[in-house]
Amino acid sequence: MAFYRSHVLVSVDPGCLAKGALEVIDALNDELVAQGLVDEVQVLETSRIGDPAQYGPDMMVYPEGVHYANLSVDDIPYLVEEHFLKGRIVEKFRAKEITVADEELGPPKPKEVRIVLRNCGKIDPNNIEDYIAEGGYMALAKVLSEMTPEEVIDTVLRSGLAGRGGAGFPTGKKWQFARNSSDPVKYIICNADEGDPGAFMNRRVLESDPHSVIEGMIIAAYAIGAHQGYIYCRAEYPLAVKTLNIGIQQAREFGLLGENILGSGFSFDLEVRQGAGAFVCGEETALMASIEGRRGEPRPRPPFPAVKGLFGKPTNINNVETYAVVPQIIVNGAEWYASMGTENSKGTKTFALAGDVKHTGLIEVPFGITLREIVYDVGGGIKDDKKFKAIQTGGPMGGCIPEQYLDLPVDYKSLASVGSIMGSGGMIVMDEDTCMVDIARFFMEFTQDESCGKCVPCRVGTRRILEILTRICEGKGRDGDIETLEELCREISSTSLCGLGQGAPNPVASTLKYFRHEYEAHIYEKRCPAKVCRALITYEIIDGVCTGCTVCARNCPVNAISGERRQTHYIDPDICIRCGICMQVCNFNAIRIN
Amino acid sequence: MTTETQNKQAIMNAVEAAIKEHGTSREELIPILNDINRKIGYLPQEALEEVSRRLRLAKSQVFAVTTFYRMLSTKPRGRHVIQFCESAPCHVVGGREVWETLQDILKIGEDETTPDGKWSLITTSCLGICGVGPVIVIDDDIYGNVTPEQIPDILARYS
Repeated sequence: MAFYRSHVLVSVDPGCLAKGALEVIDALNDELVAQGLVDEVQVLETSRIGDPAQYGPDMMVYPEGVHYANLSVDDIPYLVEEHFLKGRIVEKFRAKEITVADEELGPPKPKEVRIVLRNCGKIDPNNIEDYIAEGGYMALAKVLSEMTPEEVIDTVLRSGLAGRGGAGFPTGKKWQFARNSSDPVKYIICNADEGDPGAFMNRRVLESDPHSVIEGMIIAAYAIGAHQGYIYCRAEYPLAVKTLNIGIQQAREFGLLGENILGSGFSFDLEVRQGAGAFVCGEETALMASIEGRRGEPRPRPPFPAVKGLFGKPTNINNVETYAVVPQIIVNGAEWYASMGTENSKGTKTFALAGDVKHTGLIEVPFGITLREIVYDVGGGIKDDKKFKAIQTGGPMGGCIPEQYLDLPVDYKSLASVGSIMGSGGMIVMDEDTCMVDIARFFMEFTQDESCGKCVPCRVGTRRILEILTRICEGKGRDGDIETLEELCREISSTSLCGLGQGAPNPVASTLKYFRHEYEAHIYEKRCPAKVCRALITYEIIDGVCTGCTVCARNCPVNAISGERRQTHYIDPDICIRCGICMQVCNFNAIRIN
Repeated sequence: MTTETQNKQAIMNAVEAAIKEHGTSREELIPILNDINRKIGYLPQEALEEVSRRLRLAKSQVFAVTTFYRMLSTKPRGRHVIQFCESAPCHVVGGREVWETLQDILKIGEDETTPDGKWSLITTSCLGICGVGPVIVIDDDIYGNVTPEQIPDILARYS
């Protein structure tokens, strides 16, 4: 038997053949004979290696695993001599991998552990076979053939998995409640209404790895005894909706959805329902109302959805990420998942880093990592090397966390202890040029707009807070405003019907606590320390530095700048809209903000 | 056929198509309204009345649901709709300046249409592409990393 020390696989994909692959193979064989290497180097034909248009004719050489591309007959003698006789890889023939930069999700950064995001960017989301090749649907097969529903629930309980939508309720417990309800008709819902501004983890998973969610939902349905499920996906994610529908269709074709799944006797089917643009529909009872064709208004609980939910039936509703993790917990075991994280928060969490960090985008890290590590190790530090000011976590119902807590290990409890929340995982980093009063006002504007209007504390309370904050930012703050804001925050938090109202005051309360001096500057000194609030700043051209080049005047969208050529120009503060264009286009740094 | 009856016909066709697709049960109300809104650009009075008739729902109910959801509009929109992402991550990376500039250049505020019917300016909730904020969407075109300076050029692309 011949023992080859090297194998060459040459692509005979039609695209490569058209570019002369057969001639290259002949030349290769000839050269190997001439060099006396036929018994040591085996040449084999294979199907496509790289894209023929870019790389053909190409080959893979083992054991090194080198990809040589764009070869011609003339290259062969040199290649054989260098690689097979002298044992040197020929760099100039090596395929230059043309990678498309993924702006949101590059290769794992330091300290990341990718479980939820493991397949994203690596598989074709519209091909169920890719998912299966990565071990997909093995968990479902195991569940349906070897486990009882009670065993499934027990596994999820022991894993410590907690709801990733933000509340962090133990998932196993939630499933148990739904299982205990005795109605023959039950529902499974996936909350894909990721409305938190700055959070796009769910979107990415739905677009890149939809089957992880589908599989998780089928397992959950088996565990609680449901036969119909809905994925409620926000309409602002059209690609996710499309990908999910394709995935569901393929799962049906493969017998993984529908009647008698995998011959187990268990039947379950899924449908995608779209939102119509209402943040509050991420709240579970509002979401169910929306599926029922109503206004998305929350209702009091109890009764909880597990007892009485969609269409009045027992319903289990979980976040996208929660379902996506389930298959891996089944396959790898509860202990595996529980080995990561902290005492009260097990496993990993995806976060969307946004704002003034160098590397924005999606990350996945185990609980227990500190904020400092997230901002500096994973995020690469503050953009333009400015100073860190605060990090806002948990979306619009989360608080702003200042510098002194950077070494806080991240988990559900610790974030709550400093006045914020985990939320869905949005993290917005703010640098020294951020005005915290403006930020508070900004978040309140959002929550006020999205308030469903049903309960007075939220509907009226958030409006009052917004009025006061707007006045402050316009330079009309009054003595007593701060105390009124604090009182309003306390009352709204404690009396609102749902999580939106209960959490809406958090950005205001946390900025009042940690950045009170900024509020005081706005109110008592009519000054915005970060130079952001328009009414409190003016743009000024510096006499002596300005060369009168007229560039700023020509670019001003409201013609607020006047001046003769070669003479210092002047910005009229009554017309100026503080857009900052003049400062950007000035080549002499002659414009400053007061 | 006058333009008015043409419009009415188009509206009825859209309603009919939506109902054919989804059926007439209550829980299909939002998908139906979504379809019509996408087809016509907004939800005219006649459409809402027809939907209420076919689904056997009180007009107040249909109206209550329509006005609750941001993506459903009861006001006609301009030829080109500019959606501005008003979310926090876009805001902190310069979104505010872009928003103010848009309003100043077009001389309209949020949810308004220019008198010549060319532009409508609305805000949208987070589109989930925060990595390239600030973001604006004009019709189906997404623009990322937008600065105030770029706005006149971007607007000039639309006739």
